[in-house]
Amino acid sequence: MVPDRKAIRVDLQLISDMIEPHARVLDVGCGDGALLDYLVHFRHVDGRGIELSTEGVKTSISAGLSVIQGDADTDLKDYPDDVFDYVVLSQTLQTMVQPKVVLEHLLRISKHAIVSFPNFAHWRARLSLGLLGRMPVSKTLPYEWFETPNIHFCTIKDFVELCRQLDIIIESQKILDTNGSVRSFTSTLFSANLLGEQAVFLLRKKKS
Amino acid sequence: MEISDFPVSYQAYGELNEDKSNAILVCHALTGDQFLAEPHPLTGKEGWWENMVGPGKAIDTGRYFVICVNILGGCMGTIGPRDINPETGTPWGLDFPVITIADMVRCQALVIDHLGIEKLFSVIGGSMGGMQALEWASMYPDRLWTAIPIASAALHTAQNIAFHEVGRQAIMADPDWCGGDYLNQGKKPVKGLAVARMAAHITYLSDQALHRKFGRRLQERDTLAYGFDADFQVESYLRHQGITFVDRFDANSYLYITRAMDYFDLAAKHGGELANAFKDSKVRFCVISFTGDWLYTTEGNRRIVHALNSVAANVSFAEIESDQGHDAFLLDEPDFERVLKGFLDGAEEIRAAETGQD
Repeated sequence: MVPDRKAIRVDLQLISDMIEPHARVLDVGCGDGALLDYLVHFRHVDGRGIELSTEGVKTSISAGLSVIQGDADTDLKDYPDDVFDYVVLSQTLQTMVQPKVVLEHLLRISKHAIVSFPNFAHWRARLSLGLLGRMPVSKTLPYEWFETPNIHFCTIKDFVELCRQLDIIIESQKILDTNGSVRSFTSTLFSANLLGEQAVFLLRKKKS
Repeated sequence: MEISDFPVSYQAYGELNEDKSNAILVCHALTGDQFLAEPHPLTGKEGWWENMVGPGKAIDTGRYFVICVNILGGCMGTIGPRDINPETGTPWGLDFPVITIADMVRCQALVIDHLGIEKLFSVIGGSMGGMQALEWASMYPDRLWTAIPIASAALHTAQNIAFHEVGRQAIMADPDWCGGDYLNQGKKPVKGLAVARMAAHITYLSDQALHRKFGRRLQERDTLAYGFDADFQVESYLRHQGITFVDRFDANSYLYITRAMDYFDLAAKHGGELANAFKDSKVRFCVISFTGDWLYTTEGNRRIVHALNSVAANVSFAEIESDQGHDAFLLDEPDFERVLKGFLDGAEEIRAAETGQD
């Protein structure tokens, strides 16, 4: 079942706050549909989802959500240009085979993209790798290296650099620290990259 | 060629509500008929979708008015090649016009008109029924809220056509087929039709399902007979499928309907682009496939989903895990029922919000 609508995760709440009511939204990697369900019922969006796992798809469709079983790496190319107002890629970018291609598709099919990901340069990850010499395992990176679905880790700095390369404008950016508190990105990129355990970016494509 | 003023048979379950907004059309498959939720009048067996349609079931006849029309060309009451051609006073036989999936849909639309229903809540169908659901959405997009094609396809592949051709050749090779004129000559091509059914039946099951059901087990014997009797259970089962089929199905109907399926290619009708069939469609789609279905594969179903995505249609898609083969949509598959029911519930909620009704 879709979890209690009033209690979505902090990062999902953050994403939801970036979305205008009544917008057309595609949630890529929508899982059990928790965010989509919240957006449809509380922000009255026209919401769609893509999800790879059978269980997630069944749960989502059973809850009345429009979700297709598919893979962002291969299925985004079928959508026409500019068909959504927002496309959400929550905690999924790092699992993509071609994250750069996916990012380009997101901003082709949608006016805005909201992308969240675990920051591999968070101080704890640095500590684990730099001092202990072990791949980091934490609440946001809960997998051992041999079973992780995360195949393309990046840092906040890396992501900002990729956006620059792709002519993507960062409209707003938030980080979540270890306690799950939201911090604005007002401080330097250096400190965000050190203190942010997760990052959420609102993006749009520069007009060419 | 046009035919007019012809009989059409349908069954209905549940009550049509006052504003006629709770009607669901279920489209039956190749050898199905309108008796989906009650014992079959000829065989006495339970309806082909009784596990899915009924009070409190996934397609709840306590809430919905469920209609199933015997398809055009069929042999359970709707006009088909075994009926009398008014011009000659004898059965149509091969003079019956070749029909298409679109003709079947037009015929169903006449029934929906007759019932005074402007807009169906859903058109649902498995296999060939799914082709009709797709055709409905394409031909009459304003006359349905939702379309649910299940284990279906937007076109018949070479392999699909090939299997059908084997069946048709089996029928036509039977001397009792009499060039299609068997009814006038007091004969019936039972052997040919039975073989056609046997060949088709294999395509409805997966290798695993056959293995689980029969393996290499022997039929009422302990050792191989080294002859051509039905040594194996699977042989006996197929022979039984063939023999019982001829009691309830007309051989020429089988030819016409398989041909209609072979001719089905929704993209070809729309300039070679499947997406064009659904342009600007407001219909909510739910496409469902089964992992073990090698007749109408997930890949083929996914192509429908991709076409719908490319015109930004509202589509859900689920691949249900099942090793039962194509026939999975007729069998007890809890995940399938859950998805179907959930989709209908969700669509009803959204329709209520859109139309401002409760």
